[in-house]
Amino acid sequence: MNVQSNSYTFIYSSVIVIVVATLLALAATALKPAQDRNIEIEKKQNILASVRISSTRENVQSLYDKYISDSYTINNKGEIIEDVDPFTVNLREELKKAPGKRNLPVFECTRNDSLFVVIPVYGKGLWGPVWGYISLMRDRRQEGDTALYIPYREIYGAIFDHKGETPGLGAEISQPFFQLPFRDKVIFDTEGRFTPVKVVKGGADKASLHEVDAISGGTITSKGVEAMLDTCLVSYQNYLKTAKE
Amino acid sequence: MTSKNWKLLTNPLNDENPITVQVLGICSALAVTVQLKPALVMALSVTVVIALSNLIIASVRNTIPPRIRIIVQLVVIATLVILVDQVLKAFVYDVSKKLSVFVGLIITNCIIMGRLEAFAMVNKPWESFLDGIGNGFGYGMILVIVAFFRELLGSGSLLGYQVIPESLYAFGYKDNGMMILPPMALITVGIIIWVQRSRNRKLIEK
Repeated sequence: MNVQSNSYTFIYSSVIVIVVATLLALAATALKPAQDRNIEIEKKQNILASVRISSTRENVQSLYDKYISDSYTINNKGEIIEDVDPFTVNLREELKKAPGKRNLPVFECTRNDSLFVVIPVYGKGLWGPVWGYISLMRDRRQEGDTALYIPYREIYGAIFDHKGETPGLGAEISQPFFQLPFRDKVIFDTEGRFTPVKVVKGGADKASLHEVDAISGGTITSKGVEAMLDTCLVSYQNYLKTAKE
Repeated sequence: MTSKNWKLLTNPLNDENPITVQVLGICSALAVTVQLKPALVMALSVTVVIALSNLIIASVRNTIPPRIRIIVQLVVIATLVILVDQVLKAFVYDVSKKLSVFVGLIITNCIIMGRLEAFAMVNKPWESFLDGIGNGFGYGMILVIVAFFRELLGSGSLLGYQVIPESLYAFGYKDNGMMILPPMALITVGIIIWVQRSRNRKLIEK
């Protein structure tokens, strides 16, 4: 056979493409359940980590069942939407919709008599998506307190992750030194206006309740995190202001 | 095993080492050697991909139309890499996250393309398979040596287990943060090349 001829070359490449495509499709289908399970475990670990509970792959399910007391989906007015599983909501798709039409997942966590809500966030970094989970602690009103009451105003924990940010620069958003300063920051001002946490280049004001330090060399990723917190949390503001216990 | 075949396996470990002598595949050697575990997985993944792609290409080498041979080689490599990636995602998810983009980049690892074009296209399947294993090990060996020193000196641990005793830290010993950064991988590779050249007469240029 003449391996130089045009027809041979065409047939050869067609055959190889079909063989390879079949092989890859089979492998992808066969391995999907195991991969999905890993993603589910990771998501549960992240949700727990945002309320400062560390878990391993083995004990994550039992810890999740123990601490995550409720989960539901709301709209941007804070009303619960029935029949939408919050765990499987695809944030990326939701963010493309108009604000009024979004399904917004909420995970409630009860631990030592304190109540928390965990809110997933999703946004853009420099090279690809960044995402995370923010937990807010319920403020219990003291007697005789006259300041404006907002049930969920204080961040309890924050976890961020990314797909392909630059290692050593933008990728550092997944490190504790970046995430820890988000703790105890406040997302509403004293008059009840939504004020998302700013990620400040060149050093945050230490006294401010609304600023954290950006990462040197990772400015675009840091700004991406800031924009993500703004666009995602703003839809929750009605819920956070009015949520019942 | 004949001595010629044995040479195919052992030559890439020393005289023809892909990293220290041919200086191929350096980028991944810098990127995945902060800890021992990802380095081991990467070494194993590259060895699997290179050995199997060598075997496949050598088996069909006479049927490949010469005009599209590079494309055919790439298709074979890409397929194997995607398979490896999928398997890692399914069974060692945390390692797969750490290796992230570098698994995909095995496709562009010059060692693999180089062995296919230079060896598998003109040799029999069994020899090519051995050549692939040898080169994979030659690459992996350097990766593991570099990762060993970087994790030991940079984090005080090996495979994630603390090996430097707490009492040493109490005396004021500190992990060297430099070792975690990419430049130290390059310097470590440089030191390995230096040691190898000083011991192996054949490598000394006249």
